[in-house]
Amino acid sequence: MLEWLQSTWMSLPMSVQDTVIIVAKIVAIVVPIMLSVAYLTLAERKVIGYIQVRIGPNRVGPRGLLQPIADGLKLLMKEIIVPHNANRYLFIIAPILALAPALAAWAVIPFNDEWVLADIDAGLLYLLAMTSMAVYGVILAGWASNSKYAFLGAIRSAAQVVSYEIAMGFALVGVLMAAGSLNLQDIVLAQQGSFLHWFWIPLFPLFLVYFISGVAETNRAPFDVAEGESEIVAGFHVEYSGMTFALFFLAEYANMILISVLSAVMFLGGWLPPIEGIPIIGEPSIFWLLAKTSFFLFLFLWFRATFPRYRYDQIMRLGWKIFIPITIVWIVVTGVLVLANVSPWFD
Amino acid sequence: MAFERPDLIPVLPEIFVVTMACVVLLVDVYQRQSNRMLTYLLSQATLVGGLILTLSLHTSAPEYTFGDTFVKDTMSDVLKGFIYLSAFVVFLYSRRYLQERGQLTGEFFVLGLFAVLGMMVMVSAHSLLLVYLGLELLSLCLYAMVALNRDSKTSAEAAMKYFVLGALASGMLLYGMSLFYGVTGSLDSRAISTAVTMGVGNEIVLKLGLVFIVIGLAFKLGSVPFHMWVPDVYHGSPTNITLFIGTVPKIAAFGMTIRLLVDTAAAMHVDWQQMLIILAMLSIAVGNVVAIAQTNIKRMLAYSTISHMGFLLLGVLSGSADGYSSAMFYTLVYAIMGLGGFGMILLLSRAGFEAENLEDFKGLNERSPWMAFMMLLLMFSMAGVPPTVGFFAKLSVLQAAVRADLIWLAVFAVVFSVVGAFYYLRVVKLMYFDKPVDVQPIVCGMDMRVALSINGTAVLLLGMFPGTLMALCHTAFN
Amino acid sequence: MEPVQFVFYAFATVLVLASLAVITARNPVYSVLFLVLAFFTSAAIWLLLEAEFLAITLVLVYVGAVMVLFLFVVMMLDINLDQLREGFAKYLPVGALVGFIILVQMVIVLGPEQFGLDRVADPVKHGPDYSNTKELGNVLYTDYVFPFELASVILLVAIVAAIALTLRRRPENKAMNAADQIKVKRAERIKLIAMAPEKDEPAEG
Repeated sequence: MLEWLQSTWMSLPMSVQDTVIIVAKIVAIVVPIMLSVAYLTLAERKVIGYIQVRIGPNRVGPRGLLQPIADGLKLLMKEIIVPHNANRYLFIIAPILALAPALAAWAVIPFNDEWVLADIDAGLLYLLAMTSMAVYGVILAGWASNSKYAFLGAIRSAAQVVSYEIAMGFALVGVLMAAGSLNLQDIVLAQQGSFLHWFWIPLFPLFLVYFISGVAETNRAPFDVAEGESEIVAGFHVEYSGMTFALFFLAEYANMILISVLSAVMFLGGWLPPIEGIPIIGEPSIFWLLAKTSFFLFLFLWFRATFPRYRYDQIMRLGWKIFIPITIVWIVVTGVLVLANVSPWFD
Repeated sequence: MAFERPDLIPVLPEIFVVTMACVVLLVDVYQRQSNRMLTYLLSQATLVGGLILTLSLHTSAPEYTFGDTFVKDTMSDVLKGFIYLSAFVVFLYSRRYLQERGQLTGEFFVLGLFAVLGMMVMVSAHSLLLVYLGLELLSLCLYAMVALNRDSKTSAEAAMKYFVLGALASGMLLYGMSLFYGVTGSLDSRAISTAVTMGVGNEIVLKLGLVFIVIGLAFKLGSVPFHMWVPDVYHGSPTNITLFIGTVPKIAAFGMTIRLLVDTAAAMHVDWQQMLIILAMLSIAVGNVVAIAQTNIKRMLAYSTISHMGFLLLGVLSGSADGYSSAMFYTLVYAIMGLGGFGMILLLSRAGFEAENLEDFKGLNERSPWMAFMMLLLMFSMAGVPPTVGFFAKLSVLQAAVRADLIWLAVFAVVFSVVGAFYYLRVVKLMYFDKPVDVQPIVCGMDMRVALSINGTAVLLLGMFPGTLMALCHTAFN
Repeated sequence: MEPVQFVFYAFATVLVLASLAVITARNPVYSVLFLVLAFFTSAAIWLLLEAEFLAITLVLVYVGAVMVLFLFVVMMLDINLDQLREGFAKYLPVGALVGFIILVQMVIVLGPEQFGLDRVADPVKHGPDYSNTKELGNVLYTDYVFPFELASVILLVAIVAAIALTLRRRPENKAMNAADQIKVKRAERIKLIAMAPEKDEPAEG
């Protein structure tokens, strides 16, 4: 059997072999993401439950562990309702447009020193480009629904995402200056050493700005005015049901995980261990990346359980008048630090 | 990865102007006075400083920097000097007009300074890229300035027309430039010029590119048949903006024409001469004839500008150093006359009243004999009556055309300038032989009176002693 | 046909069709979306030219920011399409004629005889170590620093112009000042008063 497989594989032309390998890699990335998304929803309900002194879901399966599966099945079974006078094509395309960039961005993430799907030089730009496209799903969903609530949500979200993208982009400029490269693998390698060598110390303001902008970009609490269920019911996805709704849900959580991974890669040394030289724990590995990511994901949940929603003008003010000036100033500071070869980061 | 550090000395005036424009922008934010005195003074100081810098850095040999993309020669220095001076006069004339209407904002001065920067880049550009960037910088400022008076519907309409047609023209120009780049593989004026002379690349493609470039230039100069925007924009803009658009950018447009046609495509002289002949003939004919039918003086001056642009092209198309210098002389003289002409309209306007119609000039002699005399000089000069400078400008351009064996074209131009004299002299007739309709006294500050008087007498004095300016223009091309 | 050529023609076809759709689509929102598609496919074609920095920047700037704002504006506009189309039939013959003449001229002048592979050299193929991003950076801040700075001045002018044309301070506008709200101290809002404990007298009944 094994021999037969091997011989067939060898008989395939090179280009087909490459394609098969790439597709296999993609599947190896996407499937765990989907699983993480599913269990992130459970984790969210559990964490928020405990924060609010409740237990959270505990009925389906042992300790509620099968809850996400049940939720998924329920959404799969439900009917997709297309509202009257809605724009059919865009209504269906919108959720796909929301999810696709969230998944495509994973192509350049380095999971350890070898595992990366596309090791490209302009990786950071690629990421920024992909995350900036997620907003299309939201805008089109809001417009195509032919509903006032949905449209309001879309408009809010568009303005918000475009505003925070600038701060986010500037934060990334600081990172690329510090690392001297747009390649994510090089950025991780530039932070080699102990946790004191990571970029979160020299780029601390950018680190904060980046993560908070990330929360805003994903439309999560306290920046969730695009959904704002107490004001505009559920914002852009108010008219969606069944699987189309599930896609938005997946996109939101996939984006959360992405932002967390990126924060870990760019500011907390990615797959590098916090202290080198100790056996097992001191080895660089994917588990360090996962641990750091989980930390950021927990922050997302913690924010949601703690902060009240921002008012719209406050969001805009925070983005334009506070974050953007901070990032611009810190880019200059970073330039000075890099030029002065300040150790231990830039020697 | 070594690279040569560019020599920044030749671009010092540009650096100075851009820095000061940013300073003005910041200072204006903290201005509490409604008369914006500090903003105004700083802007004027910028122009004076720029003039001093340009004069002190002047060398007779051309200097190149930034990898030959920027050139500072006699022509660019002279043109820049006149750009500063004209902008200075525009700011001076505009202040009272804007203040009376409550439109005196810092943006006017800031945009004006940035426009000046754009024009400086245009006249110093030695690369298609810089020509385009300078032009866009200038145009963007002008579009915004036309629309600055937001509550006026005609201004908004004028801005919209200007913007749409201007964008179209920029597109044409860019298309022509990209064809040049496609054939010669370079954006640098000298490299293109050599490639064209050597016959590298395809002639047909170059000719198509040249057609687009000439169309773009004609749009920006406002020559027929690409003149449709000129009357509407001149008419719809606030008069002080008309004053700006009608004078200073023409100097830069001349510079751009020389940079594109002479510095870059000199080897294709035969081709662009034919195109310019058509443009010049149509401009002179249409401009002069249609101006007769106008009752609004801003529109009349707009058509007069169109015909003047025809004369300017007459000098350029003759294709000799003499021709270029006579066209340059014509441009500078036109700028002076235009400043005076539009300045007069500003003088007669007051809060709540625009002296836009020919009627408003009736009996100016009774109200203010001196100002009427100034207007008389300006009108004579525009018509080309000796001994004013307009006569010499027309004469030198016609001489250049004759020397290029285009006698029929010169005759054609003379015939139509005689037709054109009618509407200039009509203004003189209205001022001296009609009873005034508007009997309110003329209110205006001393600075403006003095400036207008200098402006008017300059037309006369330059006409009597045109030698210096003429010599200056000659050195620019020899 | 090589795979690269196939990819090129596939993207080129989509690009041309999308560009056509931009001007023919009846719904302005569709036009914007087709323009997004056009940007995307041209970015892909740039990638084939090994210009990955430009390609990604095109997506980032145009698709990610500019077109979002376009879409934003177009959705908010209430365009009366019938009014826009008024006179379309009247001008169609003239427009079509001019367009046709230009097309013919362009085909004659810009055809493969002038720009074919025998006239224009093949682009240089670079190895995997070649970084287009680095090459761009090398010239952008050295040879092209003057145009680069000028472009930034143009953007500054655009900001000044946009603000000058749109910002209005209306006296009747009652916008909240977030800075003032944040500056508020607890002491300004809450006053603690010391008072003697009171004890309700049980009602006697």
